[in-house]
Amino acid sequence: MTEETRGIGRLLLSPAVGLLFVWMIVPLAMTIYFSTLHYNLLNPGMEQFVGLDNYIYFLTDPAFLASLYNTLVLVGSVLVITIALGTLIALLLDQVVVGRSIVRLMVIAPFFVMPTVSALVWKNLLMHPVSGLLAYIAESVGLAPIDWFAEMPLLAVILIVAWQWLPFATLILLTALQSLDEEQKEAAEMDGASALSSFVYVTLPHLARPITVVILIETIFLLTVFAEIFVTTGGGPGLATTNIAFLIYSQALIQYDVGSASAGGMVAVVIANILAFFLVRIVGRNLEA
Amino acid sequence: MKHRLSALAGALSLFAAIPAFAQTTTLTIATVNNSDMIRMQGLTSAFTAKNPDIAVKWVTLEENVLRQRVTTDIATKGGQFDILTIGTYEVPIWAKQNWLVALDKLPAAYDVGDLLPKIRDAVSAGGKLYAAPFYGESSMMMYRTDLFQKAGLTMPEAPTWDFVVDAAKKLTDKTAGVYGICLRGKAGWGENMAFLTAMSNSFGARWFDEKWQPQFNTPEWKKTLTTYLDVMKAAGPPGASSNGFNENLALFNAGKCAMWIDATVAASMVTNPKDSKVADKVGFALAPNTGLGKNANWLWAWSLAIPAGSKKVDAAEKFIAWATSKDYTQLVAGKEGWANVPPGTRTSLYQNAEYQKAAPFAKLTLASIDSADPNHPTVKPVPYVGVQYAAIPEFQGLGTTVGQQFSAALAGTTTADAALAAAQSSTEREMKRAGYIK
Amino acid sequence: MARRVTPARLAINTVAAWIVGFLIFFPILWMVLASFKTELEAFAVPPSFLFFRWTLENYATVQSRSDYLLHAINSIAIAGGSTLIAMLIAIPAAWSMSFAPSKRTKDILLWMLSTKMMPPVGVLVPIYLLYRTFGMLDTLGGLILVLCLGNLPIVVWMLFTYFKEIPKDILEAARMDGATVGRELIYVLTPMAVPGIASTLLLNVILAWNEAFWTLNLSTSAAAPLTVFIASYSSPEGLFWAKLSAASTMAIAPILVLGWFSQRQLVRGLTFGAVK
Repeated sequence: MTEETRGIGRLLLSPAVGLLFVWMIVPLAMTIYFSTLHYNLLNPGMEQFVGLDNYIYFLTDPAFLASLYNTLVLVGSVLVITIALGTLIALLLDQVVVGRSIVRLMVIAPFFVMPTVSALVWKNLLMHPVSGLLAYIAESVGLAPIDWFAEMPLLAVILIVAWQWLPFATLILLTALQSLDEEQKEAAEMDGASALSSFVYVTLPHLARPITVVILIETIFLLTVFAEIFVTTGGGPGLATTNIAFLIYSQALIQYDVGSASAGGMVAVVIANILAFFLVRIVGRNLEA
Repeated sequence: MKHRLSALAGALSLFAAIPAFAQTTTLTIATVNNSDMIRMQGLTSAFTAKNPDIAVKWVTLEENVLRQRVTTDIATKGGQFDILTIGTYEVPIWAKQNWLVALDKLPAAYDVGDLLPKIRDAVSAGGKLYAAPFYGESSMMMYRTDLFQKAGLTMPEAPTWDFVVDAAKKLTDKTAGVYGICLRGKAGWGENMAFLTAMSNSFGARWFDEKWQPQFNTPEWKKTLTTYLDVMKAAGPPGASSNGFNENLALFNAGKCAMWIDATVAASMVTNPKDSKVADKVGFALAPNTGLGKNANWLWAWSLAIPAGSKKVDAAEKFIAWATSKDYTQLVAGKEGWANVPPGTRTSLYQNAEYQKAAPFAKLTLASIDSADPNHPTVKPVPYVGVQYAAIPEFQGLGTTVGQQFSAALAGTTTADAALAAAQSSTEREMKRAGYIK
Repeated sequence: MARRVTPARLAINTVAAWIVGFLIFFPILWMVLASFKTELEAFAVPPSFLFFRWTLENYATVQSRSDYLLHAINSIAIAGGSTLIAMLIAIPAAWSMSFAPSKRTKDILLWMLSTKMMPPVGVLVPIYLLYRTFGMLDTLGGLILVLCLGNLPIVVWMLFTYFKEIPKDILEAARMDGATVGRELIYVLTPMAVPGIASTLLLNVILAWNEAFWTLNLSTSAAAPLTVFIASYSSPEGLFWAKLSAASTMAIAPILVLGWFSQRQLVRGLTFGAVK
């Protein structure tokens, strides 16, 4: 690679890096500043410097550990579901199928709907134990309907979020599959490889990088899921569906405690960074050339 | 390519904030998306016809989202809204902050004295009106007259909790999909806690004592919670722990609840044949009591207020005076019938014979509103105002946390005692941090 | 060069794909059906699939109550504008990181992603204050800015992934034929990356379209997109599911159109084998 190329490379990269840097640094600085204040939105003008008190308060909140656990479970489960199913569906849609464009649109459709609307549809029209469709189906076959949001609230939320993000994973993986060289696959077949080993040894390595990207992008979004929780369970019952984002939300917009919410936001950033560090350790090799 | 250009052109044209006519004042009104407000939105042309120099823009949002949006804006002096729709919870707090313009220059025809006294108290501070009530509500008992008749029971006008619990158990028929009682269970300070706080008032409990010490460790609160859990377990519908007002409304309208205690505004919804299967089979009574002098009902009013520092006070006052006036009530009655006028604010409405005829629930709504006193909500003395809340800024967070615990108890994932203990400790922690408890 | 597909294989694939597609699509179908029911029907048990009294009253209500067109235009401007600007910034950046990588490339990529780690609600007050100070509240420009910079890391990442798939030899061949970097970008890279660019465009337009936190908080009436339109039908006191379904169906419509038309671009692009 020539020096010229490298120079041009830096030039082309600078707008993106520059803009994001400013975008990051200004709110970040303000957030750090606010996190050291006792600043309640309903009592503005009464802020006082309290140092690390907000952090201590946030971290010693009995809800904190539970919300950390819920966050990790939520993110992990949705990742597993969307990537596993996404890969399978992408493989299916990569085949020749009659009316493939329509099916593709159907599979991507959940991503079109606003998360709050999806959550409301799932909660009231599908999962409601008295008048939801799932309850009706269960009763028709003689089973007792499940009270999703009372018995398995986190699972219910996971299902809703996974349904919303499945199209994202599927589309990225499907597009990546499109660039898989047909010849390689045919060569493997002619060498006598079975469909399964062709998948494992030819397709999967090719998908390694897209899967990594899906993992990283989805993790970033899933860590801050809260609209679905807000609309369905309000963080309950108890703390069963409170994740860190919801905890911060309840600080910021229910208690109007900006100081604590800012501290919580910083804590969330630290946790996300730790998580990313481990993720990159595990799958980061796939990002190389 | 083409649509991008036109979108860009459209975008550029919206960057420039040039008013079309220099004389027109535009009012941006933030309001809740409840049907009475939607109706008001639909009747805007009646206002603008009389006031051609005022244009009106609407922002309608769900209650919680609206509250956050409006609070963020007013606290940061964002100036995005000219008229706010706020509740009786916000009025005392915001008036104290001097965030609201006092509405003492309303025209005489507005007849401030006509406002129901309890409602007027709830939206005033220091004797001045800080928000004009648009509609007021309390809560009451709604029950199925046909089911009661079939079981040979009669609902008294002021039932006791014992009677209600007993009747609920008798009327439950799970195989037929009928549940004795439907009550709120969804976690939230304005959701299940509104109901449970009001219920606790009737059991003689209170949120805080005079020294702001939380009272969840008292026998009164224990009795409240165990009664609630007991009746919901025996006679409540499944999924109750995530049922709020709307879910219960849908259940009641579909004929699945024998009794429902909730907002008085529901009365017009359950008796509307278009939306309800049981429209002609509904009876009303006061919210239950235990003989201690307080019923399990609450008091709330959605009101229109003007943020302090607004440059459009005159225009805003004109609109507010119009929307909460007697004339407006007549307007709605003419267009959509008396049953649909905004309830619960004016004495004259409840003396109107036509209204009484069209709204069989009017008498009990008035009785409910009158029996809830925000300045003395509980049997024992308390340092706060508010019937189903304490009008302190911290209450939203406290109420939501406690609401989550009680919702968990209803879902069965925790016991009543554990929930009460958790409520006590979290509230204490928060009150200490906020400086109420020294 | 397509492999011969047996009719049996085709049939199995088709049936399987349609079943999967239908299952995934079902909740949306249910929502669209609900938009044609009365409020009472929408919540009724047993639920009716096709044989109910179809009505357009919900659409009529939504249409008369809110200004769909204004919100739709705002949504198109915001989602389209922010994504396109992000693409303009990101394509060169992604090119640079895939074809002229340095030691720092992976770090920069991860740093870009880290700008999205802060939950938006934690940074609401600072951003609101900033926007208030600069008079950007309730402006299309303000919303485009926040969504563009919010999605920029995602766009860069996705493009980076797809660019990495493109064999370097083709680009080098073009370079040896005397093309400059600029021409290489426009005439060689972009056509080959069309499926990748199309799917990045589609996904990010959708992300911006559905972004409900900043659009709700930073807009009031003039710049309010469809997310605000939908929010006004969500959870009032009273039955609302049929109306919300109608509003939501109206809100998805432009995206469905976009998705349908980008189908052609999403399919298999140029076959790389032919180059060899």
